[in-house]
Amino acid sequence: MLLIPCPNCGPRDETEFHYGGQAHVAYPANPAELTDREWAEYLFYRDNTKGAFAERWVHSTGCRQWFNMLRDTVSYDIQAVYPMGTPRPATAIPAAAESGTASTGADSTTTGNTAPSISATSTASSTPAPEGATK
Amino acid sequence: MAETAALENSKQIRNARQSPASILRAAFESGSVTGAVELSEVQFLTMVGVRVDPDTEAGMRISSVTGGLPPRSGDVRGTGDTAVLWMGPEEFLVVAPTEAHESLGGNLIQALRSALGDGEGQVVDLSANRTTFELKGPRARAALEKGCSLDLHPRVLKTGTALSTEIGNIPAILWKTGDESYRIFPRASFAYFLGRWLLDAMREYASPEVP
Ligand SMILES: [Zn+2]
Repeated sequence: MLLIPCPNCGPRDETEFHYGGQAHVAYPANPAELTDREWAEYLFYRDNTKGAFAERWVHSTGCRQWFNMLRDTVSYDIQAVYPMGTPRPATAIPAAAESGTASTGADSTTTGNTAPSISATSTASSTPAPEGATK
Repeated sequence: MAETAALENSKQIRNARQSPASILRAAFESGSVTGAVELSEVQFLTMVGVRVDPDTEAGMRISSVTGGLPPRSGDVRGTGDTAVLWMGPEEFLVVAPTEAHESLGGNLIQALRSALGDGEGQVVDLSANRTTFELKGPRARAALEKGCSLDLHPRVLKTGTALSTEIGNIPAILWKTGDESYRIFPRASFAYFLGRWLLDAMREYASPEVP
């Protein structure tokens, strides 16, 4: 169970929240001009990041407010919580993603035996992935 | 004259009304353990959902009707027997006695509506949305702790705090009204389930404690 720090209510159980998927998926400026493939990619295609992932959450049984969260999909470490509409914390990503995944390796040695090698590859593969995968 | 007749009529309708947990009244009485933990339903409190930005003029007008708006999670404001619970940064729940309802001649909802005026927000009569449970006694906290993940220890949860959370896996508002008393607001459709759940949680306190 995750303990999620709601920006309004403080830390609460994961069961009080609903997941809203990947954050920062911008609505196309001219939807009518998209090809079917581009439209399908906007609607259905999402990153499958290993490592720091920006996602939306809503505190559905609490304050009912949406917020963004930067969560490590390997260690479940919550690295940042920031308001809707603000960009993914720029300083936190390269620095925190790097140090985050690095510390993930250290953390997850306590939880999983394969963690060090996974985090080593994830630092290498996941950091370029968001940039490269961004359409 | 017509107003008096309408009022009489709505009083009659009210007498025919069933509260969401009225079917459990006998079970609440027999399941309550005097001196340990007692459960009862408070019927038909007037509840008004208010959505307004407290920093706007409309928010300030509403605040003057309710006796303040709670600034952050857990806070409760109000005057007399009317309380305002924080539900979100721009969402509040006003809880008042039954008689405050317009069907019984009260004017709370109209006062809130006219305070909002044409400002941004809404004032909605939610009296039928939730019912009210009162749980009290030295074992009330222990019973709640079986199904509520909040830290209910008095050093964390102070008297006069109200939080929207989960109890027994269902969403409910928990309001600590005294050192050993709580008000719980489940939605009407969850009232039977939560009532049964609380009775189950209370049952062990009827037996002598095993050392
Ligand atoms: Zn919240």
